[in-house]
Amino acid sequence: MAHDTTSSEHHEDHPTGWKRYLYSTNHKDIGTMYLIFAIIAGIIGGAMSVVMRMELQSPGDGILGGDYHLYNVLVTGHGLIMIFFMVMPAMIGGFGNWFVPLMIGAPDMAFPRMNNISFWLLPVAFALLLISIFVEGPPGNNGVGGGWTIYPPLSTSGQPGPAMDYAIFSMHVAGISSILGAINFITTIFNMRAPGMTMHKMPLFVWSILVTVFLLLLSLPVFAGAITMLLTDRNFGTTFFDPAGGGDPILYQHLFWFFAHPEVYILILPGFGIISQVVSTFARKPVFGYLGMAYAMVAIGGVGFIVWAHHMYTVGLSVDTQAYFVAATMVIAVPTGIKIFSWIATMWGGSIEFKTPMLWALGFIFLFTLGGVTGVMLANAGVDRAYHDTYFVVAHFHYVLSLGAVFAIFAAWYYWFGKMFGYTYSEFIGKLHFWITFIGVNLIFFPQHFLGLAGMPRRYVDYPEAFAGWNYWSSIGSYIAAFGVLVFLIGVVHAFARRQPAGDNPWGEGATTLEWTLSSPPPFHQFSDLPRIK
Amino acid sequence: MFRSALIGGMVTLLSSAAAFANQPRDWQLGLQDPATDNMSFIVQFNDFLLILMTAICVFVLGLMLYVMVRFRAGRNPTPSKTSHNTLVEVIWTVLPILILVVIAIPSFRLLYMQRVIPEAELTVKAVGYQWYWGYEYPDNGDFAFDSLMLDDEARGDQPRLLATDTALVVPVGTIVRVVVTAADVLHAFAVPAFGIKIDAVPGRLNETWFKAEKTGTFYGQCSELCGIRHAFMPIRVEVVEKDAFAAWVEQAKEEYAALDAQSNRVAASAINVLSKN
Repeated sequence: MAHDTTSSEHHEDHPTGWKRYLYSTNHKDIGTMYLIFAIIAGIIGGAMSVVMRMELQSPGDGILGGDYHLYNVLVTGHGLIMIFFMVMPAMIGGFGNWFVPLMIGAPDMAFPRMNNISFWLLPVAFALLLISIFVEGPPGNNGVGGGWTIYPPLSTSGQPGPAMDYAIFSMHVAGISSILGAINFITTIFNMRAPGMTMHKMPLFVWSILVTVFLLLLSLPVFAGAITMLLTDRNFGTTFFDPAGGGDPILYQHLFWFFAHPEVYILILPGFGIISQVVSTFARKPVFGYLGMAYAMVAIGGVGFIVWAHHMYTVGLSVDTQAYFVAATMVIAVPTGIKIFSWIATMWGGSIEFKTPMLWALGFIFLFTLGGVTGVMLANAGVDRAYHDTYFVVAHFHYVLSLGAVFAIFAAWYYWFGKMFGYTYSEFIGKLHFWITFIGVNLIFFPQHFLGLAGMPRRYVDYPEAFAGWNYWSSIGSYIAAFGVLVFLIGVVHAFARRQPAGDNPWGEGATTLEWTLSSPPPFHQFSDLPRIK
Repeated sequence: MFRSALIGGMVTLLSSAAAFANQPRDWQLGLQDPATDNMSFIVQFNDFLLILMTAICVFVLGLMLYVMVRFRAGRNPTPSKTSHNTLVEVIWTVLPILILVVIAIPSFRLLYMQRVIPEAELTVKAVGYQWYWGYEYPDNGDFAFDSLMLDDEARGDQPRLLATDTALVVPVGTIVRVVVTAADVLHAFAVPAFGIKIDAVPGRLNETWFKAEKTGTFYGQCSELCGIRHAFMPIRVEVVEKDAFAAWVEQAKEEYAALDAQSNRVAASAINVLSKN
């Protein structure tokens, strides 16, 4: 831009080497960086979960050698990393950055420099979180052991050391990154659609990102406020959450879940969009009930803001309050059901090809259904008395996230791999990755339903002998799933070593969105002449 | 430590007639056996939900398998272009609403039964500390004692990680109100066989209730992350006959009054012993 342009057709501001990435304002390069970041964070967060499963493989002290605080640090780290540094960067930062501009026919994001800072804040936030593991939390112990919910007073007077301050600051920085990203996506989607690309013609993936970033924009400031109050309670003598000064620990929980319930939808909504694209492509049919699908996501996002206290049935809410949250929560099952049935109806009458992305999508649909119905069970405050804070909850949210969101991420990875990098992946390795992961994660999480019903509380470093049987199998599943990650990495290396060109559109007539009209990988700048959508 | 162990032993003797002890079993699949009407209701409602939810999953799986076989590319090479059908869209919106209404009716009945607390015949107070429980009996002279987990050497035939030195002793067939609070961080008081779970929050008195229908030993565990030894502050409830309870109260008054006079909580020294192990 600043330099004199030699080409009359297009001005190539195309830095090379490290500058290309550090200074990048290109949505595709930034998307790739987000994906690499998510893979690294996912491996770290996943390794933490494997260490936890090794500890829990048998009752008594295991691999952690009786360091109970370290276990709590792993619980906290695994949760925060997988949510803020794996799923969100992969879905929104990675696939969102890559494909929202391509799908709406835009040359780039609306604010390319802000896009750069959105990404680069994230490694900073991640570094702060990792540093927190190595500085003092509770007296004599290192790291934050408060769970990803960091409820006070355990996160205030319970852990006076600076580890919690590092973690809070990490969340602040990650939050700023997400808010800037959200502003960017909203502006891009509202203002940069190609001529003819009306809102009701946008691909469902774009719709899903739009709803997601609105949730981010509206919920994150509440979270930022809550953890700022935590910070001042810890360091500046305020008593927002301290009853000794007129505060209330429950206030934090209300603020936290007002953010965190939309947050869990933020994790899954882009997955809904991805699955819609994949299912439609491999069934070679347009999405069934497009408008219903789009507005189901809007409804899920909207209702997601008024159900937060279903995470708090045991804090002592009045009975009428609990009854309201039961009713409101169950309402969400309706738009979610519409989505499940619409995906099946999309396949109905189709001509289905079982390529790797489709396997992940089919796995998603069934396992998300399973996690969804346990969600309906948990919505009932009366029986939640038995499920609350047990492994039943752990099983539920891993079915919708570990088996839902993560399956969607892998579906997207294989679906768009050729488009992003220009090479084909190996169908054999991709399918092997799917089956190993499918078996592994089900073996981890299905037995956890039984443990939860039997009464095993979550976040426990050790358990009575009666829980040993299912815990053992759950740990075996964890090792299988970890092997699946290895197969995934082998697949990536294999694809880049093999260098087999993917072609512009490897999926044929089912792939109808705009990114398939471009080369693979797309040119550094696309759509210099805006496409016209009929 | 010694005195509280003594009383714990006494309680064990008192309740030894009742062989019934509720704790998780190996390879258990479902909820624990109910010891209160509330938990019976929870078990029934849970069974109902499980059947309904299994049916939904099987239905969805069935549809998926049918679609995957019938409409695979090999068998159906030319896809249809159908993308709307108002009737089925209305059906799959209305039918889930009806199912939810069917769920909601017993759900609200159970909720209001739990949270509308009847006139209590006995009130006990449970206080969460890092990392043990303290119990108080305001109706019976306001004596108080602590309940700590026993390590492997001291636990006898009580299950590991559930064994405690003293227990919350309550009479059978009596409406007991439990007032729950915490002294330091959040904890949660939970007894699965009674179907109760309520957070212990500093600065707040929460309450729940139960009416145990049978005598025996019932175990629970702290159910809100409370720090390093979160997994090691179990709850043991001894449900005894009413006359046995009265006898226990008389003895406990003396024992714990003596302890109180020393004005040092048993736990303070005992926790150090535990954490060294």
